[in-house]
Amino acid sequence: MFELIGIPPQALFGQLLLGLINGAFYSMLSLGLAVIFGLLNVINFTHGAQYMMGAFVAWMLLNWLGIPYWGALLLAPIIVAAFGMVLERLLLRRLYHLDHLYGLLLTFGLALIVEGLFRKAFGSSGLPYENPIPGGQRLPFMFLPNYRAWVVVASLIVCLGTWYMIERTKLGSYLRAATEKPELVQAFGINVPRMITLTYGFGVGLAALAGVMAAPIYNVNPTMGSNLIIVVFAVVVIGGMGSIMGSIVTGFTLGLIEGLTKVFYPEASSTVIFIIMAIVLMIKPAGLFGTPK
Amino acid sequence: MKLRETHIFAALLALLLVAPAIVYPVFLMKVLCFALFACAFNLLIGYVGLLSFGHAMFFGGAAYISAYVVKSWGWSPEFGILAGTAVAAALGLVAGLIAIRRQGIYFAMVTLALAQMVFFFCLQTKFTGGEDGIQAVPRRAVFGFIETTNDLHFYYVVLAVFVIGFTIIHRTIHSPFGQVLKAIRENEPRAVSLGYRVDRYKLLAFVLSAALAGMAGATKALVFQLASLTDVAWQMSGEVVLMTLVGGMGTILGPAVGAAVIVTMQNYLAGFAEYVLVIQGAIFVVVVMAFRRGIVGELIGWWQKRNA
Repeated sequence: MFELIGIPPQALFGQLLLGLINGAFYSMLSLGLAVIFGLLNVINFTHGAQYMMGAFVAWMLLNWLGIPYWGALLLAPIIVAAFGMVLERLLLRRLYHLDHLYGLLLTFGLALIVEGLFRKAFGSSGLPYENPIPGGQRLPFMFLPNYRAWVVVASLIVCLGTWYMIERTKLGSYLRAATEKPELVQAFGINVPRMITLTYGFGVGLAALAGVMAAPIYNVNPTMGSNLIIVVFAVVVIGGMGSIMGSIVTGFTLGLIEGLTKVFYPEASSTVIFIIMAIVLMIKPAGLFGTPK
Repeated sequence: MKLRETHIFAALLALLLVAPAIVYPVFLMKVLCFALFACAFNLLIGYVGLLSFGHAMFFGGAAYISAYVVKSWGWSPEFGILAGTAVAAALGLVAGLIAIRRQGIYFAMVTLALAQMVFFFCLQTKFTGGEDGIQAVPRRAVFGFIETTNDLHFYYVVLAVFVIGFTIIHRTIHSPFGQVLKAIRENEPRAVSLGYRVDRYKLLAFVLSAALAGMAGATKALVFQLASLTDVAWQMSGEVVLMTLVGGMGTILGPAVGAAVIVTMQNYLAGFAEYVLVIQGAIFVVVVMAFRRGIVGELIGWWQKRNA
């Protein structure tokens, strides 16, 4: 087989696939953050914890109730979203009239509580989650595990579906209108507070869905969310939160770049996204797809 | 009012001078280091309105530098602290140049991401000792004659460092420069239209805050003879936000009070280490929901109401 600058193609494509999968999670998480931020003006710091909860709920459903992966894929996001909506109703709602920073601080505190409780209950070493579709395809240049292919395809469908719903449907137009001018939308008889709750639930559900999808790839671990969310913040800063499609494209691209870095210069693989963020901020402070306010 | 503030400071200083007679000096040194850290952080959030979620990079970065130069190059503690402070200031200049290009929530996310980058750097680079950190940093004599192997002697050195840092912050806030910062916090477009180069003021405040946070971290490394990944991790950035929030953002003494409260709490909860995260999170939620002015802020409000 051919070699590319001394790198066997299996390693290259393997890392690219892993990068694509990471990118899928970046996309789904930054998409949820952007949707929530658009309407609530809150950066949801609990997002990482909710992603982790998605993975844990899937694990509990499997090990305690015997509900397999495919059931968890539907149930876990609903359960975690319900939890999120309760938080929004009870706590977050009371902070909308204040500086946005308080929303950040509150959700940061909630993230600490959730992570702390899961660490106490499950330890921090991580639990395995069985791969629901083992095996894979032998392609001419690499071995493609079935589950990883499924994750890439499914997350693309979810991301594009979200984009379609927000940009092309009536419901989405309400959402976009409420993002622009909530008072006016309310005057037209639309229940904006309920819409806010549901939007938050939707964003949280996306995070939990990403968590369920991540469970068979990585171990289910209480710290999986907090490590990821900081990278996702950098992704959000790079892409800017103005555009839904922008979030998706940025997420997948950065995942791929990270995968490539792992092949060619592994020392920088954990910092490359932050370096790109710094460069983008120097050149285009509003982010690649953002609009200066 | 001016007179009263001086009185409070004098009383607190007197209290700190006699405190080691009653309280364990190492505990007091820890409180002072974190109090300085929180005061430095408060300079940004309280007086410029910038929430940095990455101050651990200055605290922890300086801790590594001072621990390294003292242990491996045999520098004396005062130069160790100076080196840590200088490196933190330089790091603050670089991080500040990048971060001040965004405001509000984005500023918080950018600083958090930059701090995570520094964390990974410290994890991978050689001189920091990876997971072990830099341990057993020797306690040399300060200025060649103050023996710091004695905790009580070292306490007064740390107290001096704190007083210097606190005085710098106090002077900054009450200087014309500090007034411009407050103007920027209240109404940035107006400050711009008045001809102030807002970005330069923000950057200078950021560097100052970073340098003082570094001073706190460098001192802390020498007190505990240890610099580790805990000092640069994002949890440390969260902790200083918590201290400042509990004590009262934008009050001169609030962060120090908050640091004392949180450090005391950690001391008493040492047996419930696994609950520390939960309790800290719960305090965040309670303070943000119920008393956003913090302890000192509420006290000032109560005092003003009584005298109104």
